[in-house]
Amino acid sequence: MMKKQNNKFNKVIIYVLLSIFAVVSLLPLYWVFSTSLQLSSYQSQDMERPVSYVDANPPKMYPMGIPLYFEHWGEARDAAKAGDSEQEAYHRGMMEHIVDNTFSSYKSLFQKHDVGKWFFNSVYISVLVTFGILLIDSMAGYVLAKKKFPGRNLIFWIIISTMMIPGQVTLVPLFIMVGNLGLMDTHWALILPDLSMVFGVFLMRQFMYSIPDELLEAARMDGAGEWRTFWTVVLPLAKPGLAALGIFTFMSVWNSFLWPIIVLNSAELYTLPVGLKTLQDANLASFKLLMSGAAVAAIPMIIVFILFQRYFVKGLTLGGVKE
Amino acid sequence: MTQIPMGAVPKKETEKLKVLKKPNNNIFLQMKKNYSAYLFLLPKLILFTLFIAVPVVWAFVLSFQEYKVFGSEFAGFDNYIKVFESEAFRIALKNTLLFTVVTVPFGVISALVIASLIYALGKVSQSLFRSAFYLPTVTSMVIIAMVWRWMYNYEFGLFNYVLGWFGIEQINWLGQSTSALWALIIMQCLIPFGVGIIMYLASMGSISHSLYEAARIDGASSFKQWLHITIPLLKPTTLYLVLLSTIGSFQVFTQIIMMTGGGPGSATETLVHLIYKTGFRDFEFGLAAAQSVVLFVIILIFSIIQFRVLRHDE
Repeated sequence: MMKKQNNKFNKVIIYVLLSIFAVVSLLPLYWVFSTSLQLSSYQSQDMERPVSYVDANPPKMYPMGIPLYFEHWGEARDAAKAGDSEQEAYHRGMMEHIVDNTFSSYKSLFQKHDVGKWFFNSVYISVLVTFGILLIDSMAGYVLAKKKFPGRNLIFWIIISTMMIPGQVTLVPLFIMVGNLGLMDTHWALILPDLSMVFGVFLMRQFMYSIPDELLEAARMDGAGEWRTFWTVVLPLAKPGLAALGIFTFMSVWNSFLWPIIVLNSAELYTLPVGLKTLQDANLASFKLLMSGAAVAAIPMIIVFILFQRYFVKGLTLGGVKE
Repeated sequence: MTQIPMGAVPKKETEKLKVLKKPNNNIFLQMKKNYSAYLFLLPKLILFTLFIAVPVVWAFVLSFQEYKVFGSEFAGFDNYIKVFESEAFRIALKNTLLFTVVTVPFGVISALVIASLIYALGKVSQSLFRSAFYLPTVTSMVIIAMVWRWMYNYEFGLFNYVLGWFGIEQINWLGQSTSALWALIIMQCLIPFGVGIIMYLASMGSISHSLYEAARIDGASSFKQWLHITIPLLKPTTLYLVLLSTIGSFQVFTQIIMMTGGGPGSATETLVHLIYKTGFRDFEFGLAAAQSVVLFVIILIFSIIQFRVLRHDE
């Protein structure tokens, strides 16, 4: 009896602690969205000047448009009841202004700035690289796990040992190379080095080990060639591994930053992170606009995360310690 | 290659021997037989060679050269001497070390604590909290840096406001050299180490229940069980996470360029930001290459030390 109560008490403490930590952890993301939707200009009848709730001290913890909208809605209703059409029109106008102003920065991001283009660039580069990596790395991982041929271990160890080398080491030579190849300020300068990442080879090789040899043997008995076997037997069996690798590749390409800011110069070629940096550097943008840009960049990853959550977990535990 | 005369053994035996006999040792025959394997590897090999292997080797070569567009000159250890003599590098190294030494233990330990707390809960709560802590990890550091720069805003920032609740006066976090680096360190500590939490949870799941059962019978409290069973058995995971986050933390860059640009002065200069500046603002390729090789060696040394220390007393 005593024990049970104690247990319950412990559980409550755990929940409280974790909730506090979770709030701290999610607060920045919340702040991105909250600021991006914050009312940046509002003037009611009894105010001398319009105020901005973005630059407010103390900060407003949620978009002020929400309570103000309902306030005006209520007043408009009351005015309508009282038959005061002038007041009603005023409040309806304010409601419209609040909605407009709340989403204004998202609108101007796509109209005045190149965010639409950057978004498209990020999407198509990430998708292209992801599918490229899936194909290339599963092919490599498959033969490294399942075929015996001279040089197999040597090739594998050479590839894996470069995983230890930080990416910054290759920056300067890559920069010179990309320049010599005439790829500077093109998307190829991003795509080709991204396709060379080696993590996937390691991950797919680990995964391919779990495919039973008997199945490959059976496919060969049925007269399937190497490619057919790979395409119709191996790949379907490797789906969970492919999903994990695909998500991690997409995430790392979508978020990649250092290399893109080095090789991209033209605004229309920027990916979202690079574009966001120039937006911030321009120093003209308000925090509302900057946070809207950040939100646009964050939303796709959040969606991908929610949709494929279990593969995130799988990918992490697969690529990490093997036991 | 000793061939067994066909007639000498019964048919069944020959078949057995064929299997026992080593496969043909001729390497070229082997390669020919497996040519499809090489074809499967070819795309990755080409990309790997061009965009990783060659640049890695080239970086080492470059670090011994004075780079010129037409014909670089061999410069011996000049670049390395410059690296170690430069004040900027020393400051960057010091800042990076401080950043690493504080954030890595904090990150790993807090991941362990959070994972342990989550593990005590039911399935639904587990996955809910796991998501809450992993979500910030999937958002780009660019975004996180932008919002933290806003939260660190002197006048209107959330951070100063919250500190105000505890009676702490407004601090110009990023604007003064005494606090800028600490602001970045605090920020790093408050971003949950999502990878760590998930990996710890996975490893905890694989610890046998019978161990806890036995401890309970011996009368060990939950905390004691955690201390004497959970933590020791999680050691491989801890080692992996320490290595992983040390490597990552030595490469800290995005926050720097997005939030402080290395300043004020050189208060938040880090190694990778210095490499970036040397290479792509000053275009001193040889020097930047030498700096990056030094970074690699530092990371390597740290990794080896951590590996030794954390492995030894097993």
